[in-house]
Amino acid sequence: MVSAVIKPFKLDEVREALSGVGVQGITVTEVKGFGRQKGHTELYRGAEYVVDFLPKVKIEAAVADELVERVIEAIEGAARTGKIGDGKIFVSPLEQVVRIRTGETGNEAI
Amino acid sequence: MKKFLASLLLGLGLAIGGGAAIAQTTTETPPAATAPAAAMPAADAPAAAAPAAAEEAPKETVDKGDVAWMMVSTILVLLMVVPGLALFYGGLVRSKNMLSVLMQVMVVFSLIGVLWAIYGYSLAFGGEGLIIGNLDKLFLMGVTADSLAATFTPGVMIPEYIFIAFQCTFAGITCALIVGSFAERIKFGSVLLFCALWFTFSYLPIAHMVWGAGGYLFDKGALDFAGGTVVHINAGMAGLVGAYVLGKRIGYGKEALTPHSLTLTMVGASLLWVGWFGFNAGSNLEANGGAGLAFINTLFATAAAVLAWCIGEALSKGKASMLGAASGAVAGLVAITPACGTVGPMGSIIIGLVAGFLCLWGVNGLKKMLGADDSLDVFGVHGVGGIVGALLTGVFSAGTLGGVKGDDYSIGSQLVIQAEGVLITVVWSAVVAFICYKIVDMVMGLRVSEEAEREGLDITSHGETAYHR
Repeated sequence: MVSAVIKPFKLDEVREALSGVGVQGITVTEVKGFGRQKGHTELYRGAEYVVDFLPKVKIEAAVADELVERVIEAIEGAARTGKIGDGKIFVSPLEQVVRIRTGETGNEAI
Repeated sequence: MKKFLASLLLGLGLAIGGGAAIAQTTTETPPAATAPAAAMPAADAPAAAAPAAAEEAPKETVDKGDVAWMMVSTILVLLMVVPGLALFYGGLVRSKNMLSVLMQVMVVFSLIGVLWAIYGYSLAFGGEGLIIGNLDKLFLMGVTADSLAATFTPGVMIPEYIFIAFQCTFAGITCALIVGSFAERIKFGSVLLFCALWFTFSYLPIAHMVWGAGGYLFDKGALDFAGGTVVHINAGMAGLVGAYVLGKRIGYGKEALTPHSLTLTMVGASLLWVGWFGFNAGSNLEANGGAGLAFINTLFATAAAVLAWCIGEALSKGKASMLGAASGAVAGLVAITPACGTVGPMGSIIIGLVAGFLCLWGVNGLKKMLGADDSLDVFGVHGVGGIVGALLTGVFSAGTLGGVKGDDYSIGSQLVIQAEGVLITVVWSAVVAFICYKIVDMVMGLRVSEEAEREGLDITSHGETAYHR
């Protein structure tokens, strides 16, 4: 399973890059988080609030082992801006994948 | 048990009163020259009940234009409350409390409306008492569709029902204003009971003293055209005291208690501005030049205040905000309320500018000094704005400064009278509010439980969610 947290406006580019390397399905969630990129301050009348969290997008894709390196390259290339806050990619082992409609498992299910 | 007793008493009171009124409704037909109910200054207007004096008094006329305008004004003030104030306040709280604010505004207004009909109008505008009116018009006894109320022009009348309705909206909005200070933590029933009590013992006496024939401040010549003291300082003080008595919201100063929809707040503020023309210009009771003056002052003062607040914010915080502009508008409207009938347009601009800056301080520096969690800045905007407006009314009503007053007008002595009005209102409202909060606390408690406050009042007090995720 390859997951990546990226800047929201990079979603379309990353999606196209992934199609380019053969990834046919992804799951996208809107998240918020922070790393080294600082948040901002909001001011409502006299009340000041520091908002640490920034909106991000998380992409998850189940890929076959052979494809992982190319997927990482694709995401990196598409999501990079060179500025702080670009995000991170996480790769974790996937024990089992099942296609619900047909019951296929393993690589046929991806 | 306590709640049951309270509602039983209320029900009994209404039943007894209602019975008495129904038994007496067969009174005489519409009184001809009576109904000296309005805030009329003219001593020569038909105050006596004797119709025989009709020769000396000017003939009573009713102008359809005046009536139509007053009907529209009343509707505009209603718009100020629902949904104007409701949205203005609602957008400022967290989404889990949106409905509770909308409810409190709407239901408080409705409750006060009914109480006004039953005894409020009579006590505010009946008789010639120094502090309060009488119960001659309890349940609006004796008032019919043909009854007339005076305007500021001797002989020019409007239907009394319209005057009653118009003033009803004022009473309603004053109480609805207060809910802003203890928003997000008060029990629904407690709001209603408190407002009913405070309306009776603070709004009615002050309204009578400022606007009623024989009223102490009225006789002294205090200038409060549309209710700077009666509505805004009154509500502002009650709100501030409430903020102290109820205590701070959980998480105040630590968690982010951010507005959930400044879009709706802006919509609300805009409706307030639009509706306020009815509030201010309608207080003239006629559709004429006087109304025109109040009208134009309501336009200019507000615009100036918006600018002042934005400039103030840009200078002090670096950015002008939408909440600031909306708050500035309201501050300007509040400040021009007592002044609109007697100051000139340029004076209104200055009043707006001053109110914009001072209320900005009111919700920042002053708020920190006071140390209370006045959730929606009722005192910072309405209290401060009302005080500023009341005092500047004394200054800019002078003919030399563009106002309507003549050569015998002394700014100095008027300022003393204005200050007296402010002081009486501040003290009376605060003391009565404090007592009322304590009574409500004893009867049914004031604050919701901690869990309820954390979960949100919409679900816990009303069983509803405003926004489904």
